[in-house]
Amino acid sequence: MALNLDDIKRIAHLARIEVSDNEAQETLNKLSGILGLIEQMQAVDTTGIEPMSHSQDVTQRLREDVVTATNQRELFQSIAPATQDGLYLVPKVIE
Amino acid sequence: MQWEVVIGLETHVQLQTKSKQFSGASTTYGAEPNTQACEVSIALPGVLPVLNKKAVECAIKFGLAIDAEMAPRSVFSRKNYFYPDLPKGYQISQFELPVVGKGQITIQVPAGKNTQAYEKVINITRAHLEEDAGKSVHGAVEGMSGIDLNRAGTPLLEIVTEPDMRSAAEAVAYAKKLHELVQWIGICDGNMQEGSFRCDVNVSVRPKGTEKFGTRREIKNLNSFKFMQQAIEYETQWQIETLEDGGTIQQATVLFNPDTGETRAMRTKEEANDYRYFPDPDLLPLEVTEADKARVKAEMPELPQALQARLISEYQLSSYDASTLTSSRSLADYFVSLVNAGAEPKQAANWVMGALSAKLNAEERTIVDSPVTAVQLAALLKRIADNTISNNAAKQVFEGLWAGEGEVDAIIEAKGLKQVSDTGAIEAIINEVLAANQAMVDEYKSGKEKAFNALVGQCMKASKGKANPAQVNETLKKMLG
Repeated sequence: MALNLDDIKRIAHLARIEVSDNEAQETLNKLSGILGLIEQMQAVDTTGIEPMSHSQDVTQRLREDVVTATNQRELFQSIAPATQDGLYLVPKVIE
Repeated sequence: MQWEVVIGLETHVQLQTKSKQFSGASTTYGAEPNTQACEVSIALPGVLPVLNKKAVECAIKFGLAIDAEMAPRSVFSRKNYFYPDLPKGYQISQFELPVVGKGQITIQVPAGKNTQAYEKVINITRAHLEEDAGKSVHGAVEGMSGIDLNRAGTPLLEIVTEPDMRSAAEAVAYAKKLHELVQWIGICDGNMQEGSFRCDVNVSVRPKGTEKFGTRREIKNLNSFKFMQQAIEYETQWQIETLEDGGTIQQATVLFNPDTGETRAMRTKEEANDYRYFPDPDLLPLEVTEADKARVKAEMPELPQALQARLISEYQLSSYDASTLTSSRSLADYFVSLVNAGAEPKQAANWVMGALSAKLNAEERTIVDSPVTAVQLAALLKRIADNTISNNAAKQVFEGLWAGEGEVDAIIEAKGLKQVSDTGAIEAIINEVLAANQAMVDEYKSGKEKAFNALVGQCMKASKGKANPAQVNETLKKMLG
């Protein structure tokens, strides 16, 4: 799969990362390199091998359903840029 | 042209846990903003999610209830998008390997204007565990939005159907059935007003008889069955008219406005891969073993279908009665306790579906807070069965129980409702009536059957309704020769 500059711009937009045209070209080269590596790996015959979703062969540990967190709103909001009436304030969002 | 509507549902069911999906913050509804938003809920750097065992058990319960395939291993993925009420920049969900796979739910579609009631099997595609987002509050501060992250991280089970429904009525019947089921198995409180059960409805239309699906629009966040019905009907009509006018349907997310009864496009749907799902490296695969399933199954109540079948085979109830009595867990529980307390099943069914339901409806109460307990009602039915009181008197006793006037026998005593079954006493009453109504006796003897009923009526009246009617009948017949 080959990437082009438009793909890079689109991915950057989705990730909300600003990239200049120079950076986009550089990122294109790097990402293409990674995809090339993946293509190379795909040549390996993996018939009969179960796909992994995690690098370690262990399963998820579960937590008992108990409330352990206490209200630390004041502490957390002390580093927020803007709050009011217990709410975090952000620039207006309207669908 | 004849059109056909095609409908599929995605339902977000809030799981009944005390703590969040991936942290120990409380999920209690209605708390002060951000007082239940811990470091994981607000996504401080360096925090790690740890999965809630109860939420997993809820998912297993649902899987068992719909007889679904369940993956021995399922995987959590990140669904990436930006919105202020999602501080991580991604929602933890399940994508390729959901915990619950294909299953089925049978729905009962009620009779419509031109259609008869029927049953239909709706195929469930999957159900996966995920977390809820926070809430945006608009209008508190000029030019700003307020964010409350109390709800962020609340455990959800998203249940997805195949596009199997062909009318608003079918979609509503499915939603109602699912709503009842998740409450029955105790995984959701079903509170639609508080958002515990929210439906997204995918609607498309196609010329009847064709195979290819039309382009769908998704109606978001319907939290009432009435709105769902209205929204689907409006949306269907809008799509048909648009196509008939030569227009095309754009894939979009729409909102329903209950005030106007209309749907309105919120945003045109970006491509699905915009979410850039990938396995969440913070979470390991979730393992559900046969032993886990067996353990959860042992804690589950009898399912509505099974109970319904048992009511028919064991108690000889009609399928209508059995289906009505199993329409909710609380109603079924009441009926079962009533029978377990010694009531005869058919009589018990009649009272629960008759007098009790009527009274509950009239006072807009649910059976959970019925003032008459199953044990009290059983005691009342026992007094009918042993001929202590008549059916009519029983209704008065029931009213007494409802009003909290005491226990059954005390009310019978206080109201003087005890039925007279003493042969001597009944004969005395009949003699009195016969002497006073010679004309009726003559009529009867000349062959007028009606006169007999009139005489029975007189006897009942003379006994102030307390005489055992069957006995009066029998004795009167004998005495008239």
